[in-house]
Amino acid sequence: MKDQLQVLEKEALQKIEDADSLKELQDVRVAYLGKKGPITEVLKGMGGKLSKEERPVIGELANTVRGNVAEALNRKKADIEAVELEKQLAEETIDVTLPGRPVPTGGPHLLTSIVEEIEDLFIGMGFEVREGPEVETDYYNFEALNLPKGHPARDMQDSFYITEDILLRTHTSPVQARTMNMIKGERPVKMICPGKVYRRDTDDATHSHQFTQIEGLYVDKHVQMSDLKGGVLDRFAKQMFGEDREIRLRPSFFPFTEPSVEMDISCKVCHGKGCSVCKKTGWIEILGAGMVHPRVLEMAGYDPDIYSGFAFGMGPERIAMLKYGVDDIRHFYTNDIRFLKQYHQA
Amino acid sequence: MFVSLNWLKNYVDIDGLSAEDLAERITKSGIEVEGLERFASVSTNVVVGYVESCEKHPNADKLSLCQVSIGEETYQIICGAPNIAQGQKVAVAKPGAVLPGNFKIKKTKLRGSESNGMICSLQELGVEEKFVPKEFASGIFVFPEDTEVGADVTELLNLDDIIIELGLTPNRSDALSMLGVAYEVAAILDVPIRLPHTNYHSSEETAAQHIGVKVEATEQNPYYGAFIIKDIKIAPSPLWMRNYLMAAGIRPINNVVDITNYVLLEYGQPLHAFDYDKFDSQEVVVRMANDGEKIVTLDDQERTLSSEHLVITNGKKPVALAGVMGGADTEVSDQTTTILLEAAYFDGQTVRKAAKAFDLRSEASNRFEKGVDPNRVRKAGEKACQLLEKYADATVLDGIVEFDQLDYSEKMVTIWTSKINDRLGTAISNDVVADILRKLHFNYEQDDETFTVYAPTRRQDIVIFEDMLEEVARIYGYDNLPFTLPGGGGAQVGGLTKQQQLKRHVKRFLEGAGLSETVTYSLTNKERVTQLVSPEVAEALVSAVSLSMPMSEEHSTLRLSILPEMLSSVAYNLARKQTNLAYYELGSIFISKEQEVTKQPEEKLRLAGVLTGEWNHHPWQQEKKTVDFFVVKGVLEALFASLNVQVIFTQAKVEGMHPGRTAQLFLNNHAIGFAGQLHPQLQKSYDLKDTFVFDIDFDIFFHFTKMNQVLLQFHVILV
Repeated sequence: MKDQLQVLEKEALQKIEDADSLKELQDVRVAYLGKKGPITEVLKGMGGKLSKEERPVIGELANTVRGNVAEALNRKKADIEAVELEKQLAEETIDVTLPGRPVPTGGPHLLTSIVEEIEDLFIGMGFEVREGPEVETDYYNFEALNLPKGHPARDMQDSFYITEDILLRTHTSPVQARTMNMIKGERPVKMICPGKVYRRDTDDATHSHQFTQIEGLYVDKHVQMSDLKGGVLDRFAKQMFGEDREIRLRPSFFPFTEPSVEMDISCKVCHGKGCSVCKKTGWIEILGAGMVHPRVLEMAGYDPDIYSGFAFGMGPERIAMLKYGVDDIRHFYTNDIRFLKQYHQA
Repeated sequence: MFVSLNWLKNYVDIDGLSAEDLAERITKSGIEVEGLERFASVSTNVVVGYVESCEKHPNADKLSLCQVSIGEETYQIICGAPNIAQGQKVAVAKPGAVLPGNFKIKKTKLRGSESNGMICSLQELGVEEKFVPKEFASGIFVFPEDTEVGADVTELLNLDDIIIELGLTPNRSDALSMLGVAYEVAAILDVPIRLPHTNYHSSEETAAQHIGVKVEATEQNPYYGAFIIKDIKIAPSPLWMRNYLMAAGIRPINNVVDITNYVLLEYGQPLHAFDYDKFDSQEVVVRMANDGEKIVTLDDQERTLSSEHLVITNGKKPVALAGVMGGADTEVSDQTTTILLEAAYFDGQTVRKAAKAFDLRSEASNRFEKGVDPNRVRKAGEKACQLLEKYADATVLDGIVEFDQLDYSEKMVTIWTSKINDRLGTAISNDVVADILRKLHFNYEQDDETFTVYAPTRRQDIVIFEDMLEEVARIYGYDNLPFTLPGGGGAQVGGLTKQQQLKRHVKRFLEGAGLSETVTYSLTNKERVTQLVSPEVAEALVSAVSLSMPMSEEHSTLRLSILPEMLSSVAYNLARKQTNLAYYELGSIFISKEQEVTKQPEEKLRLAGVLTGEWNHHPWQQEKKTVDFFVVKGVLEALFASLNVQVIFTQAKVEGMHPGRTAQLFLNNHAIGFAGQLHPQLQKSYDLKDTFVFDIDFDIFFHFTKMNQVLLQFHVILV
C-alpha cells in the first residue's frame, strides 16, 4: 500500500508537469484528489487491510502525498496563469507613437492676453481696474479733461459723433474723470482703465478706427513726477519688456496733463545704438504720461493745492506689435484662426 | 515744421554739433524730431557755367549744341531742355560728376556731336518736383545773372542743407517759426541768439494818405496794420530766399509772394498782400460777414459766407477771408506795382471755424488758429517792408495805419523752488531755477525761492504754475529726475471686481472647452445690425445707434449683436480653407430706447459664439464629429454648471435661425438669449457651411451666479 501511494504520487506529479493548460490541470486535480480519486480509494481500503500499527503510518503518508500533489497543482496553475497573462498582454500591444486623441482647444485673443498681463502687473502695484461706457458724452470725453469745445487739441483725436453731445470715446480717460467725479475728492484714486476706443482713422497697417487703450491714474497727496518715473513707468517697462530695458522721458503734450511726457524704451535689438527697428534713434515710443492737469483735478472735485497725481496711457495693440512682431494692426480684427492660434500661449 | 539747419544757423551757433546730436537734444528737452533728411542727395562736380553760345543741333530738332564756359575751360554740351538760351548761367555737371541716384556723367556722342557733360534741372540735382519754381519745372534751372561762373552748385543751391522735421504738439505753436525754433535751440544748448533787424528807409509820402483802417469786429481782430509799398518790380526772389523756402517745403513764386512766405516762416506771422490798384477804395473795413455774402477766393472758388466768418472788406465788399485766404479780385500779379500789406492779429477760434468750414487749412490759418505772437505782428510787417525795399526795388511809404487793441502784456506766473521740487521729486536749488529761466530768455524777479516769471508773448502756452513746471523740468532734463516709489496710498491693494473676475472665469472656461476668442468691430453696417438680434434685446430696443458722419457705410452703426461681425470673420477663415472653427466673443452691444438719440445708449455685455465644421476629428480612431446643436448645448450647460446657474432651453423661433433647431434660453424666468443653427438662407448670404451660434446676456450671470458661494455637497468635519 505504501508502494501504491508512492507510485500514485509520482504518476500525478508527472501529469502535472506535463499539463500546459488550466483545463488539463483541473482534470489532474479531479483525477487524483477528487472523492473518487485513487488516493481516496487507497485510504478507504485501509480499514480492512491494515494492522492497527500500520494504519497511522499509511494515513500520514497518504496525507503527505495528497499535500504534495495539491501544492504542485497550485504551483503549476500560477505558472500557467502567468504565461497566459503574458500572452494576453502581448496581444494587447498598441503603437504608442500614434497621435493622441485630440481635445478641442481654444485660447484668448492676443489683445486679451496683453491687456490681462498689463492689468495683473498694475494690480500688483496696487491699482484697481475700472471700466466705463464706450459711448460717451462730450463732457467726459473732452471737457472734463481740459479739452473745451473749439480747443485745437481736439484735432488730435478726430471723433465719431452720434449727436453733437454724444460720441464714441476717443480714449479711456473719461473713465478716470468719471471715477474721480464719483469719489468727489474724498480719497485717493489708483486705477487703470482698459477698453475699446474709436477714432476717425482710415484702417491701414498702423491705423485702426477701433483699437484698445489702457490708461492709468494715481491721485493722492504728494504724488511726484519721480514716482511716475520710478514707481510705475520704469517697473512697467522692465516687467513687460525685460529687466535690461532702460526708459527715457521726453516732453510732449496732452491737454489733461502738465507736464506731459512720452516714454521711450531702449531698443531691444540694438540696445540704444540705433537700428532699423528703432528708426536709428535707439529708442522706441511706448506710452504717454504726465502729471494730472490742475484743471482736471479741480473739475473732478480734488483740490489741486492738496492733491496731485499722474496719469499714463498706452495702446495694447502697439505693445503686442512690438513684443510679438505683429506688422499690421488689422491682424487683430480679422480674426484669422491661424493668427489667433499662434498667440494662444502668449 | 521743416527746419533748414543752414537757415537756423543765422540765429544760433550749432556748428560744433552734428545734426543727429542736435536732433537728439531737441527731442529730449523740447520737441520731437520726426525726421532728419538732407534737402537733396549730394552731387559732386557740378558748377555754374555760362552759356556762351547755343545753336540748334545739326542732326536733331529738339537738341541744342552749347558752348559752356565754367571759367578756365569751355565745354561743348548737348542739351535737350526747351528753355536753354545763350547768355544763361546754368548748373553744369562736368564729366566725372555724380548726380543723385548714382548717375555718373561721362563724355558721350549724341547724334554725331560730342557732349562733355550735362546741363541740369533742379530735379536732376535731387530737388523734389513740387518745390521747383514753375518757370523751371520743365527745363533747366537758370541762375541769377550775377552768379559767379565756376562756383559750386551744391553750396549755391543749398543742396547739402539738412532738414529737421519737428512734430509739433498743439501747445508749441511758438515753434512754427524759425525764431521760435531758434529760442528753443538756444535754451537747450545754452547759446546766444541773434535776432534779425527790420529797419528800412521810408519816404516822405505817408501810408495814411492812401489808406484808412476801420475794425468793427474788434474782438476777432484786435490788431490790424496796413503798410503801403509802391514802385514794386515783380521779379524772382533772391536765390538764398528761394533755397530756404524750398527747404521749408514752399515753392518759390516771385519776390512779393516769396517775401510774405519767408516772413511767415521766420516770424510765424502770416501777412497778406493786396494789389492796391485793384483794392477799389481807400479804406480797409474789417467786420463779420453777412449771412449769404459771397467772395471768390484766390483759388477761384466762390465761397458763401455767414456771420461766423471774419472778412476784410474795402468798405463795399469782402476782399479776403481773414487769416484764411485772400480774394481773387485783389490778387498780386506780375503787373502789380503798389501793394497794401496786411499784418494783423486774428482770433484763433474765428479763423479755425472758417478754415474748417471751407476746408482751407493753410500755413497761415494754422498759425492764426494756434495764436500768433502779439509782439511780432508789426515787426513781421516791417521785416517784409525791409525785404521788399531790397529785393523788389520798392518804396515803403511812411507809417503804419493801425487799429490796435491788442494785449501785449506778458503773463505773470509765480513759481517756488520748493513747490517745483515737491512736484518733480527733485532737490534743485534756486540758482538752478534762475539759470533755466535765463536759458529760456524769460524775464523774472526773484525773491529767495519765489520767482515771478513774465512769460514772453511768443509762449502763449504758458499760463499757470504747471506750465512753468514743465519748462523747468524739461530744461533741467527728465533724465535727471530720480526714480522713486510712491509713498502713502501706494500701500493700497489693487484687484479685479467680482464682475471682472467673472469675465475672466467665463473666458478661461470657454477656451478650455475648445473655443477661441475673437475681437470684432463694434461698428457694423445697416443690414447686419438687423440680423440675429436676440428676442429680449429686440424687445428692449427702440432704435439702433448710428454715427452722424460715418467714414464708410461698412462701419456706420453700433452693433445690436456680436454675431454678424463674427460670422463675417468665420467667412473670412472659410475662404482661406480654415473650416473647423469654434469662436466666442465677450463684448458690448448698444441699445437705444429713444427714436432720436439724446442720451447715451444702454451698453450690455453679451457672450456670443459661432461654431462650424468638425468638433473633433481623429483619423486613427476613425472618429469624426461635426458640430451640432448638442455640441453647443453641451458647452453651454457645462459653463452654466460652472457658474452654478440653472438655464432652461425651450424650443423657439428666432429670425435668421433654423426654425426647428433653435432654443431660447431662460434663467430664473428671464429671457437671456438663444442658441441654435443658422437659417440656411442667412448662412448662404455669408457663404458659410452649417453653422451654430449662441448669444447670451452676460450681465445676468453676474446677478444670479452662485459661483463664489461654497456649496458643500459632502460635509467634511475637520477636527
